[in-house]
Amino acid sequence: MPSLKTYRLRIRSVQSTQKITKAMKMVAAAKLRRAQEQAMAARPYAEAMDKVMATLASSFKGGTGPKLLSGTGSDKVQLLIVATADRGLCGAFNSSIVREARRTIRALQAEGKTVKVLAIGRKARDQLRRDYGGLIVDTITDLGRPRVSFADAQKVANRVTELFDKGEFDVATVVFNRFKSAMTQIVTVQQLIPPPVPEVSAAPATSGGAVYEFEPDEAEILADLLPRNLTVQIFRALLENAASFFGSQMTAMDNASRNAGEVIKKLTLQMNRSRQASITKELIEIISGAEAV
Amino acid sequence: MAKVSFRLVMPERELLDTEADMVVVPGSEGDFGVLHGHAPVISTLRPGVLEVLQGNKVEQRFIVVGGFAEVTPERCTVLADEAIPFAEVTAEQLAEREQAAERDLVDAANDAERAAAQKDLAVAKDLRRAQAYYASR
Repeated sequence: MPSLKTYRLRIRSVQSTQKITKAMKMVAAAKLRRAQEQAMAARPYAEAMDKVMATLASSFKGGTGPKLLSGTGSDKVQLLIVATADRGLCGAFNSSIVREARRTIRALQAEGKTVKVLAIGRKARDQLRRDYGGLIVDTITDLGRPRVSFADAQKVANRVTELFDKGEFDVATVVFNRFKSAMTQIVTVQQLIPPPVPEVSAAPATSGGAVYEFEPDEAEILADLLPRNLTVQIFRALLENAASFFGSQMTAMDNASRNAGEVIKKLTLQMNRSRQASITKELIEIISGAEAV
Repeated sequence: MAKVSFRLVMPERELLDTEADMVVVPGSEGDFGVLHGHAPVISTLRPGVLEVLQGNKVEQRFIVVGGFAEVTPERCTVLADEAIPFAEVTAEQLAEREQAAERDLVDAANDAERAAAQKDLAVAKDLRRAQAYYASR
């Protein structure tokens, strides 16, 4: 039986762990609120962008658009953008994204396609390096510090367009966690290039019977708009990811604090039992000693 | 007179959502004023100054960089890469921006960087000119 002192030491060590997890939970909660606000604030732009994209794409249907819109006409080489966080201690956040990424890679390879991976976040790189290390073309880390900015998204988008212009891939897809609540995040796989055709019926090119005029002209606006749209989509994914990360971390740290509490309770009980046992033992010894006299 | 509902949004947040009598947008093909009933237009922007008018008075001015505007008879939405209230920008800041772009141009290591720096420099020059013009009005 361990001595009282070892019990006391173990309880103290679990208590300090609990203090840390509790503090991390609070910090995650505060950061989650900020990330959510940021995601909300970014929504109007993204919505307006979607509408304009739908308008343009539908009025551009007849001709062949630029490559960023219509794709290269092939789907041989697939680029998978795996967006995770740089840090762990956030429950299943990173591993659920990576698991989905692995599944997608396997499915695409089974179809005989070439897969390339652009890893965003240290965790994506570390976890995929073991089995798909050869597929990783580039890694981008240290985004979103102290918070996700549009410049971060631009950095990723620039890298993606650069690869696309070099003809390194045909189709780009991003894997990230969509934020539903602090408890649930949904792993989402979304195609970026070519952009999925927006529902044309929902946003007709006409407004009150009039057709849009374009200044300077459709092709030029589209050339300006498409990279921007890519950036916005990536920005949105990064924001959702950031909110999901903090949500997941908050939940994980809450669980950890609760578990630590249970361990402390159990250890305290065991310690008291052993204390009582030793007292009882001493009493028996004294009594039997007295009787023997 | 009916008003036009106007929104100015940046990627990070919405800057303004209001009803205005007229909005003057710095389009890439020239400034254009938007009143209620304007023909539907989608236009790219050039770096410049955007004005929101109530009655005949300019109520708000913004420095905008890049992006585009979507206009329908009822509303006008401007999606700008960057938009700053005019009063918060000083000539010194813009001059500094121009110098930074010039430095980048000198330091550029490859063609892509040089092109980006050149673009930045052009934007900064446009902004400075626009700022000087509107500040004197």
